[in-house]
Amino acid sequence: MTTKAVLAAVDDDAAPLTHHQLRELYTLMAAVRHLDTSAVAWQRQGIIPGYAPELGQEAAQVGSGYAVDRTRDFVFPTYREMGVARAMGLDMVGYMSTHKATWHGGMYNPLESRFAPIQAVVAGSVLHAVGWAHGQTLSGHAEGETGVAMTYFGDGASSQGDVHEAMNFAAVMKAPVVFFIQNNGWAISLPTERQVAGGSVAARAAGYGIPSLQVDGNDVVAVFEATRSALAHCRAGNGPVVIEAMTYRRGPHSTADDPGRYRTLDEERTDAGEDPLERFRQRLLDEGVADEAFFAEAQRKAEEEEEAIRTGIEDLGPRPGAEMFGLVFQEPTPALQSQATAWREESEHV
Amino acid sequence: MSETMTALPGIEAAAAGVQQLSMQQALNRALDEILAENPKAVIFGEDCGRLGGVFRITDGLQAKHGEDRVFDTPLAESGILGMSVGLAVAGFHPIPEVQFDGFAYPAINQIVCQIARMNYRSRGTLPMPITLRVPSFGGIRAPEHHGESLEALFAHVPGLKVVSPSTPNDAYHLLKYAAARPDPVIFMEPKSRYWQKGPVDLTSVDAATAAHDGGADNGSNLTGARVAREGRHLTLVAWGAMVARCLQVAELAAEDGIDVEVLDLRWLKPIDAEALATSVGKTRRAVVVHEAPLTSGLGAEVAQLITQSCFATLKAPVERVTGFDVPYPSGDLEDEYIPNIDRILFGIQRVLEYRRG
Repeated sequence: MTTKAVLAAVDDDAAPLTHHQLRELYTLMAAVRHLDTSAVAWQRQGIIPGYAPELGQEAAQVGSGYAVDRTRDFVFPTYREMGVARAMGLDMVGYMSTHKATWHGGMYNPLESRFAPIQAVVAGSVLHAVGWAHGQTLSGHAEGETGVAMTYFGDGASSQGDVHEAMNFAAVMKAPVVFFIQNNGWAISLPTERQVAGGSVAARAAGYGIPSLQVDGNDVVAVFEATRSALAHCRAGNGPVVIEAMTYRRGPHSTADDPGRYRTLDEERTDAGEDPLERFRQRLLDEGVADEAFFAEAQRKAEEEEEAIRTGIEDLGPRPGAEMFGLVFQEPTPALQSQATAWREESEHV
Repeated sequence: MSETMTALPGIEAAAAGVQQLSMQQALNRALDEILAENPKAVIFGEDCGRLGGVFRITDGLQAKHGEDRVFDTPLAESGILGMSVGLAVAGFHPIPEVQFDGFAYPAINQIVCQIARMNYRSRGTLPMPITLRVPSFGGIRAPEHHGESLEALFAHVPGLKVVSPSTPNDAYHLLKYAAARPDPVIFMEPKSRYWQKGPVDLTSVDAATAAHDGGADNGSNLTGARVAREGRHLTLVAWGAMVARCLQVAELAAEDGIDVEVLDLRWLKPIDAEALATSVGKTRRAVVVHEAPLTSGLGAEVAQLITQSCFATLKAPVERVTGFDVPYPSGDLEDEYIPNIDRILFGIQRVLEYRRG
């Protein structure tokens, strides 16, 4: 794929991943896989009302999220970036609370975690990333020091006008933003070929003069390296980059979806390709980076982690109703205050 | 305002006192001072920079404050408003402009789903101190989408605040006040009033603080409505360009011995319910005047607030004189659409002549 041709100049000094980092990537992917499949089970068990699985996208999410510098970069997600969140070290009970229906946007602190609130209008946050990135330019960081905005969206979102506006704005303003597309083949029921004109999302970048690359989204190391290159490119003041990680959504769009209506199990098996987790495990074995004991330990840790997160979200009580009124504005209006008073007087949730 | 600041074109150099300024000059002056006083304030939109805006509200600001503080964007309203969200997350105080009211529609997703909700979604950790300037309402015989009345739409959205000045003095002070707020404010400028001059009291250096502390500014608190004219027999409630028209109507009515009070609502969210109760509690009759279509317009909200506080003493149902339930018409029909003096006088007559049963 086209990575090196476009961005090699700023990537010459990048060291190869150490064995420790490779093992860390695997540990993260194992944790994400287990949490993701568990969350689907939680929904079936009635622990959470709904979830948007990311089965098969672990490499795309962990590889890119791992490259983010949490001291200065900022990520603008949609609603299927659990693996990015985990790779960035978010409080996962806070993250999952949005799927528990505790609070739209989650219960984590976006400023501390450098991860904007989860939201469902899929192209909306792409423009936010451009604005945040332009803010870095206005703040006048020294060359190589600037924070970079990472915005995540899918092949479906790329059909929305906001993505076009965002790419155009970013290119005109040379904003340090990485457009990270996870092309998972499906926008709910619509396959990429009926969603994306022009062959690929990455191809569109050329129209804006933005360097782009397609990367094997099921290869965690390739994704990491591509993201690291893109971040370096942006940090050096060269403007935005588009990365299209080619992957596959192995499961349903959400726990309410029935993929059997638009694809067969045979198609799923054929089109999904090699499982990114299994593929990485094999590589680590072949290269002598990790052994069976390590994988067993990674799995044990993933299970332990999932259990703690599940307990955490099961323990989340309903939010106090007053928050419904108290968090709309920084300076509440008199009308809202009187509605809150009336609610308190008329409800039993005093 | 700093004494060393250079005056912009068309504005005398005096740093304080009362000056005769047009609303365009008053807004320009306010933006100039906001940029000087708040290093995090940034102004942007289509043609805001070198041109100074199609209405020249940002005239001279880029030359004076630099291209980082006042900049042109590509032509895309969703982009402008979406960008505002990101800048706010990054700690800036964006003051974006959409060039004309009708072009807020292409950005409605960013305004409603993003700007209005980000504080709530983030549990108060990502405030949106965005002041969206919208040249608003009709009266200049402009092409389609260049004259719309979006106040009810904006006021209905949880998370937004809406204000519309009617005088140069209010334009100056309300804009400075709005830009100092930590919440998103839709600032609806009555474009047909941009060139009308009026006294602007520049004495109050920190109007925002004064108003926020509950202090009076030029005799009126910036957080609520303003009595534009005192009267005993009936209250006309209006905002934006309709305030001046209602004042004209009040003068004409006075010739017939009818003493009309004119209440300039100013804030369309939150509405100053107390000022409505006080005024109509006194006059016992009310007519709401707005340019927007009748059905589900803000006049209905105002009428309900009045009914709630004054039902027992009202001498007649609250009347409405408004635009019609039609798309905003072409210039040739504009005078038929926007409440004119005669229609407002008929509204007053209906209220005065109302008989029970």
